[in-house]
Amino acid sequence: MIYLQLFFAFMQIGAFSFGGGYAAMPLIESQVIDRYGWLTRADFADLVTIAEMTPGPIAINAATFVGNLTAGIPGALCATTGLILPPCIFATVLAYLYKKYKDLSLMQGILQSLRPTVVALILTAGLRILIPAVFADGTVSPAAGNVNVRTVVYFLAALLCLRKWKISPIKVMVGCGVAEVIVSLVLG
Amino acid sequence: MEKDQSHILRRLFFSTLYLSAFTFGGGYVIITLLKQKFVDELHWIDEEEMLDMVAIAQSSPGPIAVNGAIVIGYKLAGVPGILVSVLGAVIPPFVTLTVISFFYSAFKTNYYIQHLLSGMTAGVSAVIISVVWDMMNGVRRNKDALLMAVMVIAFVANYFLKINAVYIILATAAFGAVRTYINAKKHPREGGAP
Repeated sequence: MIYLQLFFAFMQIGAFSFGGGYAAMPLIESQVIDRYGWLTRADFADLVTIAEMTPGPIAINAATFVGNLTAGIPGALCATTGLILPPCIFATVLAYLYKKYKDLSLMQGILQSLRPTVVALILTAGLRILIPAVFADGTVSPAAGNVNVRTVVYFLAALLCLRKWKISPIKVMVGCGVAEVIVSLVLG
Repeated sequence: MEKDQSHILRRLFFSTLYLSAFTFGGGYVIITLLKQKFVDELHWIDEEEMLDMVAIAQSSPGPIAVNGAIVIGYKLAGVPGILVSVLGAVIPPFVTLTVISFFYSAFKTNYYIQHLLSGMTAGVSAVIISVVWDMMNGVRRNKDALLMAVMVIAFVANYFLKINAVYIILATAAFGAVRTYINAKKHPREGGAP
């Protein structure tokens, strides 16, 4: 039965994709293309493009997209529920343990060391978005034609709005998008 | 923190819903936006706790945005908080993708949507860099050279060596445990919780 297959296939993806985002992609491929043939390779490439262009985690995008294509909205619901069930259980247990034991000195020591690591991981995520947007070939080389000047300007303007005038992040993000639409219409 | 439960739940739902609707570019974006909302704006969670929660979200399987919503929901309102915040985090991508799966070819080639999304990418990166800047200052305030070294090593391992974040977190946790153990042996009186 397709609904159960969707549910269990995405439950496996949810249970084993440690590290979020791109860690889930090989798992999605193995279930959705290789095992069940719900998508072709070309469909999957489209799915990745959509996932990058739209809000939300890629795994949820994949579950909704595949569910809709194979079995309509009920299919999308089954796939998405299957996907988020394992993380709900794991993260709740960890959150409970954190609440219960966070004042132990060993836990304190571990958490204190983890904080700088988390900052480093977030910085990596930010640079992985920024650098391909600024440099056409995806590497940091300031050659003419490789640097997307408009993106640099939006980035610096956004930073100024956030740091100096404390404008809310969502307004800044949407503002950058609208600015690019207007500039591209004017400059062609 | 003495606010009535339904107020917290409503706030939690609409915050995760709203933030999830604007989260382009992966789980860390929603985490930084949740931090802005619950740490900087509402002051319901303090900054160090937030970093602990990110570590928890990162150590669980599944999408980081969902895990982040779970730990924050649990912290603020227990199990009902989890249900509400997960629902808020899932609804926007679910609705968006359902609509797009019907109109995909038109969406992919739309001029305005392409430019809107490319401009928003610049804004998203600026938000992340700004939040990271604040967090780095938070780490620096500890005046602990070893923690600064951990930050640099973790960055090099993740960004340049492309080591999976889960291994980096496990290694750092082990480092923290060993360090606490050694400190407790050296200064037995300071072994207790601060």
